[in-house]
Formats: sequence, structure tokens, C-alpha cells
Amino acid sequence: MMGQDMLHKIPVREQDPKVRATNFEEVCLGYNEEEAVEEAARCLGCKRAKCIEGCPVSIDIPSFIAQVKERDFAKAAEVIAQSSALPAVCGRVCPQESQCEGVCVRGKKGEPVSIGKLERFVADWSREHGVTPTPPEKTNGLKVAVIGAGPAGLTCAGDLARLGYEVTIFEALHEPGGVLTYGIPEFRLPKEKVVQKEIDNVRRLGVKIETNVIIGRSVTIDKLMDEEGFSAVFIGSGAGLPRFMGIPGESANGVFSANEFLTRNNLMKAFREDYDTPIWKGKDVVVVGGGNVAMDAARTALRLGAKTWIVYRRSEAELPARVEEVHHAKEEGVIFRLLTNPVEILVDENACVKGMIVRKMELGEPDSSGRRRPVEIPGSDYEIACDTVIMSLGTSPNPLIAGTSKGLDVDRRGCIIADGAGQTSREGVFAGGDAVTGAATVILAMEAGKAGAKGIHEYLSQKRSR
Amino acid sequence: MYKIIKAECLAEKIYLMEVEAPRTSAACLPGQFVIVKMDEVGERIPLTICDYDRAKGTVTIVFQSVGASTTRMAALREGDAFQDFAGPLGNPSEFIGEDLMSLRQKKILFVAGGVGAAPVYPQVKWLHAQGIGADVIIGAKTKDALILEKQMRDVAGDLYIATDDGSYGTHGMVTSVLEDLVTKQQKHYDICVAIGPLVMMKFTALLTKKLGIPTIVSMNPIMVDGTGMCGACRLHVGDTIKFACVDGPEFDGHLVDFDEAIMRQRIYQTEEGRAMLRLTEGATHHGGCGQCGGEG
Repeated sequence: MMGQDMLHKIPVREQDPKVRATNFEEVCLGYNEEEAVEEAARCLGCKRAKCIEGCPVSIDIPSFIAQVKERDFAKAAEVIAQSSALPAVCGRVCPQESQCEGVCVRGKKGEPVSIGKLERFVADWSREHGVTPTPPEKTNGLKVAVIGAGPAGLTCAGDLARLGYEVTIFEALHEPGGVLTYGIPEFRLPKEKVVQKEIDNVRRLGVKIETNVIIGRSVTIDKLMDEEGFSAVFIGSGAGLPRFMGIPGESANGVFSANEFLTRNNLMKAFREDYDTPIWKGKDVVVVGGGNVAMDAARTALRLGAKTWIVYRRSEAELPARVEEVHHAKEEGVIFRLLTNPVEILVDENACVKGMIVRKMELGEPDSSGRRRPVEIPGSDYEIACDTVIMSLGTSPNPLIAGTSKGLDVDRRGCIIADGAGQTSREGVFAGGDAVTGAATVILAMEAGKAGAKGIHEYLSQKRSR
Repeated sequence: MYKIIKAECLAEKIYLMEVEAPRTSAACLPGQFVIVKMDEVGERIPLTICDYDRAKGTVTIVFQSVGASTTRMAALREGDAFQDFAGPLGNPSEFIGEDLMSLRQKKILFVAGGVGAAPVYPQVKWLHAQGIGADVIIGAKTKDALILEKQMRDVAGDLYIATDDGSYGTHGMVTSVLEDLVTKQQKHYDICVAIGPLVMMKFTALLTKKLGIPTIVSMNPIMVDGTGMCGACRLHVGDTIKFACVDGPEFDGHLVDFDEAIMRQRIYQTEEGRAMLRLTEGATHHGGCGQCGGEG
């Protein structure tokens, strides 16, 4: 600690931007033991820890960091495991700047403690040292079905298994993980090394995962409860259909949703030569949108060899993506055209994309979201020559489950209605994550998964004592 | 794993497989489809359901080998297995939910082109089980390329065959048979269901519009997940964008924008399209898209 500048984070090692722009290896290399211990020493160990309040799943942050300081990494992992089933994931993809680190006292004068990187270190250390969770000694004989093996479902299933329930997760795709598998790319969240291992840990708690089951089609919630003996159901089926803009040229060849582009690349591993699934790489790729998914799509297209633009109608301050993702995208060479909105996609005689007409915008009065509304600047149109357009505008709910389950209410947008405990309009059926809120983040889905597990436990405990 | 209990070559490059998939078998209805993935590196391939046996817990699929994954699939034999078999997906045929009394009043005509005979078969079979004999026209390139003729004859009302080269049945297209039935033979149909290649469905729909017969078509565009996530299967039906996987696969044939659908598929089918594919997808394209003919 000699001469350490306590105002700044211990810098984390990363792959060089020029090198990483050509590969799918993880960008951030994480702390080693020495760096982690040194960074942990910056934590003031606040008695009334704001960071815990800032964490959607309320990890006892000062306490796990204290264990890191003492070099008892296994103990640190235990502390985190009490609150989170997916620490190696959260350490990598949580928007810490607006959660734990955003309220860290250290941040008032200088930089906050690098809580995310410390969480990641602890999770990676315990994985590398074979620390695994212990399943409960016996189950309570009650079966709970969880729909969707994404962050909400995995968290809910893990918590319920620890409480002694017999949990089965039904997953529509051939691999569990949800957005962790199909959406977030390898260079941000390694699949074999991190995601699969965390899912293995959930399985170790006794959770069964049945893939290729589409709830609402292969089997309905009604059948699960009436015929297959499940006492309660948690719906964590995620967001749904991709949105498009409705501008001319959107049906042309070369226009994709970010979901399609990322699913081909991540779930189907199209970037690898030994896999069958193709991907349209493009030479000049315009990604429309400013969220984490847009950054992921742009940085994936770049790694596949394209020159890549982000087109976003508001300014940098409003970009919904994590600060680190925007920073990494810029370092890697993604070109940002902010305050710019697509007007039309230009199409050649073969029905393929040949360019995009965009219009410059300026910020006007705040809108209902509190952000200043982008206003078009007349006569500012210009063309970006491109052969590929990736639309990353969010999603609207998948109608499948609500449409096939009796008495399950949805709101005007089609999202399932659930209260804070995840209780839906139907008894015994709980829901959380993107299926309820519309597209949000991994950690918010995990928070909803936790709340759902608690809600289900309370519901079934009450029912039993009746 | 999903075990193959029967594997059969129906015609050149057309294969039938009966697969153990208890959940899908218990839930599926005519008109729906499945997604199969042969092994770790295989593509997710959407295939319409040709038949199902609830007692045995099996689903029968029919596919044409056109790309890398389907060519490898063709080599699978009885006793082998698919790594993944997901379904059923999509909505069942419209008439499944209809009142049987009113359905029995209707004259229904099915028009099947090529491998389209496979998804038509379970619909005709289902109607047969309800005591309804639907007429069927099957079109094929040649006599050898014709599939499921015997099975169809067992469940259909009148069965008409047309071949492009005249080697069997009527010499010509399914549309000429249809036009002949309605205009010359004065047959009346309340509804037409057309399933086959896009061009065939387009011209069938154009004809039935002229003849005033409401027409349902089944779309099978490019898909990745098939569960309502990727948006690859989007198409225009009237003025709105629909997703074949969750809104379909059946749509009003008189409202589908076939030209757009053909355009979206054409890039993989023409020489220029293939060249462009090699250019844009480079080393990541190894055939197997189900569209390009399989060359890398």
C-alpha cells in the first residue's frame, strides 16, 4: 500500500484495444490477488453502508470486502453467495456506477471502491479453487416450476432450492442462461468459463433444468399445476419480440434486429468456423440505439471485421449503456453519431442495404422520462453508406405465456402484471424480470427473481399452515 | 437426446424421420412446427410437423437436404438421435378451433407444392378424423419427387396430382388444376389452404383471389430461435409487420406480401446472392442456411 493513491481505483488490466478489436476473448482481465487486496483496503467499511442499499440484491458489500482485505477469499465468496447466485456474472455486467459504486462514500472525493471488480475477483477465485455451494440436506417435497433459465429464473430457482424446494426450470432454447447466453457476447461474459459454471452451481443446489420446453406451447402453466404437481410457478421468460422503426427499407436484406445478430453470434456461435450457423458480417455496419445491447452488437460487428457506427437520437449523457461499455466501444474504434436519427434505409436493385439517410437532432424540453426530448433539425439530412443495419430499439413482450394461461393479467403494453413480491393476478403464479418490466438489466431481473422466491416461499408456507 | 425410431428417404433429397419427443407429441396440433438441432455445431432448423403419434410419444418430420446441417441430418439413421427437438411452435391451423358443425358444412381444398405435402397431410388427416373429406391437389416436379401420395389418398376426399414434366397426373402447375376444378368442373370451395414454395403460394393466392376463395398460406421463412425473439421471420401482412413464429405460421394468403418474402429469400437463391453471401459472410458461411444450396 506504500504510496498508494487512495483517491483512485486500482486500475484493472484489459486487453489492448487494437488487439481485442480482432478477437472474442474477454476484454477485462480482472484483478489478481495483490490488486484485489490493495483495492479492498480502500473500503472504509461504513457502518451504515450505502452500497448495500444501492445493490438490488443487497449483498453485504463491506463484509465481503473485509474478507478480501484479510485474504480469506473463500469466506468472501460465502458472504456474496448468501445474496447472489451469479456473482461472476454480476461482477461483469452490473451497472455499478448507478448502483453500489454510485453511492460509495469514497466516491464523494475521488473514485468509489471498485466493488464490481472485487466481486468478480472473488467469484473467479472461488471458481478456480473449486469452491461450490452445498445443496440443502433434504427437500421439503414441494415442487416449484420456473419458466426461463435467464438471470431472473436462475436466481429464483437457486433461492428456492436453498429453502428446500424441488425446482425445475423450463427453458425454451437448447441452452440455459437466457440473455447471458444468447445476448451478452463472449468478450464481455465468457460462456464456458463463467456462465456455464454459474449455471452448474445452480444445478448443484438440486435444480433441474429441462431445455427445449416452450411454456404455452409444449406445456401450459395450467397443466404444470393441475397435472404435473407443481405447487407454484415463477415466470421469468424475459423480453420478447424485437422492435423496428417502421421506416422505409427496413425489410431489405442486411437489416437485422440486434437480437438476431447477437443470437447467431453468441448462442449459435457463428463467429466460429466449426459451427454451421451463418452470420452476415457486413463491411459497414450501422447500429441504431444506445443501450448495452447496441454496444454489444456494434462491438461484435467490429470484431467480425466491419467498420461500425452507433446512431443514437439523444446525446452522450442520455446513452442508457454502462459507462464502461461506451468507453470500450470508443477505444475499439466504434464511431458514434449522437443526436442523429435514421430516416430511411436505402436499398439497391438486389434488395440489399446500400446506405442510411439520417437526420441531425437537438435536445429540447424534458419528456415524460425526464430526459430532454430530441427534436429534429430540418434540412440536416445526410447519408451514411453502409451494407448492414442492426436495429437495437428494445423489445415488446412475447404474448405466448399470457395468451395460454387462464387468469393471468397483462398491462396495456402486454407485460405481465405482478406486485413487489412477484404475485400475479393468478394464485400461485409469480413473475419477474423483463416479462414484467419490459427490457431492463440482468441485476434487476435477479432482484425480481429473489423477490419471487421470497414471495413463493411465503405463499407456500402460509398455504401449508392453513 | 431425441431418438429417431424411423428414418426413410421419400424421394431424392427428401427425408422422413419419426422422432421420440413426448412433450411435443402430447401438445402438437396440425399447422404447428418444430425446431430441430442435430448436434452441438448444427443450426436450429424450423420444420413443419408431418404427423404425430401421442400413444408412442413421437413426432414425424419431413425435410429436404439443402444446406450443411440438413445434409448432415440426412445421414441420420434409425437409432440415432437429435440433440435438440423443440416444439410445438406457432399457432395450430385456424380450423382446429372452429365449431365442428359449421366446419362440416364447408368445402375445403388443400394445395400442396413439393415438400409442402408434409405439413398439409396432418391437417387433412385431422379433418378426416372429424368426418370431413377435404380435396387435395399435390404438385411436384416429377413423379419421383412426389411424396406422401398413398397416405394422402387414405385421408383426402378427392386427390389430384400435377407434375411439372407431365410424368404423372396432370401435366402442369397446381394452379391450372385448381382453375380447372372451379371454372370447368364447377366445384365450389369455401376455403383454400396452400402450402409450398413461395412462388407457388403467391400464384395460388392470386388465382383464388380472382375466384373469390378465402385462402390461408403457411409461411416458413428464415428463423433463428423460433420462439419470438430474433425477428428474422418478419413479413408484411397487409400493412403490419408480423412474425411467422408467433403470429403465424398461417396467414391470409391474400394479404401476405409475397414479393417481399421472395426478395428476402432470393438473396440466398440466386448466383449473385450466393456470391454476395460468400462476400458478406466470408468464412463464417458454411452453407446450412437452408437456402444457399449448401456450398460454402
